[in-house]
Amino acid sequence: MNGFEWFIPVILTVITAATPLVFAGIGELVTEKSGVLNLGIEGMMIVGAVAAFITATLTGNYLLAVVVAALSGAFMAFLFGILTLSLMANQVATGLALTLFGIGLSALIGQDFVGEPVQAIAKLNIGGLSDLPVIGPILFGQDPLVYLSFLMVFLVSWFLFKTKAGLILRAVGDSHDAAHSIGYSVIGIRYAAVMFGGAMSGIGGAYLSLAYTPMWAENMTAGRGWIALALIVFATWKPGLVLVGAYMFGGITILQLHAQAAGLDIPSQILSMLPYLATIVVLVVISKDESRIRKHAPACIGKIFHPAA
Amino acid sequence: MSNTGLNTGTQKPRLELKGITKAYPGVLANDNIDLKVLPGEIHALLGENGAGKSTLVKTIYGVLKADSGDILWNGERIDITSPHAARTLGIGTIFQHFSLFEAMTVTENIALGLPGRQNMNDLAKRIVEISENYGLPLQPERRVFTLSVGEKQRIEIVRCLLQNPKLLIMDEPTSVLTPQEADKMFETLRRLSDEGVSILYISHKLDEIKNLCHKATILRGGKYISECDPTVETAKSLAEMMIGTNLTAPKHREAADRGPVRLKVRNLSLDSNDQFGVDLNLINFEVRCGEILGIAGVAGNGQVELLEALSGETLCQNAEDISLEQEYIGKLGPIQRRTRGIAFVPEDRLGHGSVPDMSLVDNAFLSGYTQKGLITGGLIDTQKTTRFANEIVKKFDVRTAGVSHKASSLSGGNLQKFIVGREMMQDPKLIIIAHPTWGVDAGAASSIHQAIIDLAASGAAVLVVSQDLDELFAISNRLAVIADGRLSVSRGVHEITIEEIGLLMGGTEGAGSKREVESVA
Repeated sequence: MNGFEWFIPVILTVITAATPLVFAGIGELVTEKSGVLNLGIEGMMIVGAVAAFITATLTGNYLLAVVVAALSGAFMAFLFGILTLSLMANQVATGLALTLFGIGLSALIGQDFVGEPVQAIAKLNIGGLSDLPVIGPILFGQDPLVYLSFLMVFLVSWFLFKTKAGLILRAVGDSHDAAHSIGYSVIGIRYAAVMFGGAMSGIGGAYLSLAYTPMWAENMTAGRGWIALALIVFATWKPGLVLVGAYMFGGITILQLHAQAAGLDIPSQILSMLPYLATIVVLVVISKDESRIRKHAPACIGKIFHPAA
Repeated sequence: MSNTGLNTGTQKPRLELKGITKAYPGVLANDNIDLKVLPGEIHALLGENGAGKSTLVKTIYGVLKADSGDILWNGERIDITSPHAARTLGIGTIFQHFSLFEAMTVTENIALGLPGRQNMNDLAKRIVEISENYGLPLQPERRVFTLSVGEKQRIEIVRCLLQNPKLLIMDEPTSVLTPQEADKMFETLRRLSDEGVSILYISHKLDEIKNLCHKATILRGGKYISECDPTVETAKSLAEMMIGTNLTAPKHREAADRGPVRLKVRNLSLDSNDQFGVDLNLINFEVRCGEILGIAGVAGNGQVELLEALSGETLCQNAEDISLEQEYIGKLGPIQRRTRGIAFVPEDRLGHGSVPDMSLVDNAFLSGYTQKGLITGGLIDTQKTTRFANEIVKKFDVRTAGVSHKASSLSGGNLQKFIVGREMMQDPKLIIIAHPTWGVDAGAASSIHQAIIDLAASGAAVLVVSQDLDELFAISNRLAVIADGRLSVSRGVHEITIEEIGLLMGGTEGAGSKREVESVA
């Protein structure tokens, strides 16, 4: 049993580190599959984080907090949609602006809440099941958002590849001109996809401020939005691989924390760099295999759609 | 002459247009156009580029709304407000540029074009059923990017047929097909016509219109010119109605006095760096001064790779794979090859042959600066470049509002004339032209053909890669066929028939072509 005693907490922390990435990644995956590149994940996450934190402190209602986080993320995405889909602004520039805007806005509305304590989201406790050794806490002792993140991956995968609506969404991302000429509303579908992505990023942010580190601090997303973005290329736009990737990156984050705690003779800054270095390495390796990307990448990603008459 | 025994006297037209007018800022694209299509009739819509055909088709398909005029469907006045409404009426359209999703399967593509929900397995069965029934073989589970152009077109046709159309609109359907593929498609169309489906058929190829269509409506400059019976007209008389002047066939020099070998390609093999590309396999040919060599083939059989190897965009493994007048140039890049007097007209006009968002002057500079000396003291000689661009426009009759306009503002045919002109006016020793008249109307095509022949007559070596066999037969001295990355032995145009070439080009699929080339070899 001794071997497992350190093992279980590591697994548990990996799960909490990975969950925000799963949410943000799966949301952005849907956005990108519709052909829109939203680089504002970081901004939407942090607005979600502050919105969730404020709601939770004021009302104590965690369900409401998560819903508010999703709505505020979706609202941020809606702003992005107005600029890029209706006004046809450049998606890359607008996404970057959205991140900067989100970081600033969240700092402004969260300034009275910095350092306030909040109870972490309650973990599930199913009588005997959660008390089982090893698998009990891992499988049956998580907070509801962890289960929701797995459910979302499953739902998105089912939606994209088994339903007609998902087929249409992928079609819009593959060739917006062809989809338009068949008669689908490219802009409408993209709004929906972008806002779903925003809502998921918002929930990812809520997880950070309510479960991962139950508190509010400025800039607390600390680049997770960018990792979520990299995850999608890593996963070659497949929902299942987004989940795998999120846990891999979550694992590296936790590994470096434990390595620091174990007093490894490496400067802590280098260990903190690990997840980001891993992202770059994985992206370079993945990008070498062009065919995989070509088969699954939405061909229209980042391109502005002009509904030509 | 009607081969379906149409009862044209008493029938109510399926589609009737009365006085359709549509203006864009500065252009009257459609000016009071009338059109009548009877049930079961194959009706040709003829006109040069810019005559207003596309605008009219888009109006019928509900993509555009006419400024004035009436649309009658089975005798009743209707408004077609969207493509969806058009499809509900029973109007199916196959555009020149396919509305297909490359990364998806055939079934998924077809499902996207159908209303409501489908069970994918049932749909796949129906696709196979319809495709067998109409002689349009398709494998439902294949992804579109793995298919030939002919197969892609079949997807579009099957997608329309699944909705039981009453009127099928086809925009230049044969521009991408081999003669055998085209014949197969004509059989399908005749069958549909026999079943009472009306077909509005848009094409530049007058022979096939004579062959296939019962009626033709001719447009010129946005105006209705006349309706005629194409079976009693000649291709020449149709073309003249279309362009409004007399047409002269390109004057061809018989039996070219063959000069010394200028371009020599020896055992060129090259692995494509694109997973879906074609590897070149031991390509051998030569082009002599004053000679036009035509290379025929269905798209996607190695033309792209061969052109890239010749232009220097892909370097060969051995310098001696390609030689220009005794010099080995296989390892030289595009600019080095240009300075040695090779000119290129690539397949893709926008993006490869020109920079769409740059002016014609800038585009003239980009490929012409070495040969025309457009740089003085390290800077662009604007005056000289502008003069060069204006010369091209004038000599090749490029219709544009001015050389300061963007390349993308030109119609396809005019841009092609500009690019061909730009390359030819550099007095190249060797010019390599891909698809010289793709999507270009009859008038412009004949002037491009004449220019190519004149250039060869002045002593240049010319290599033309095209899918249009009529074109290759009209201008080439010798012909070779590329299939699955191999090039056949070239033969004089008078020693080979269009059928033989068609067989070399392969039946309908990539796999088929491989077998046939091997059996020939």
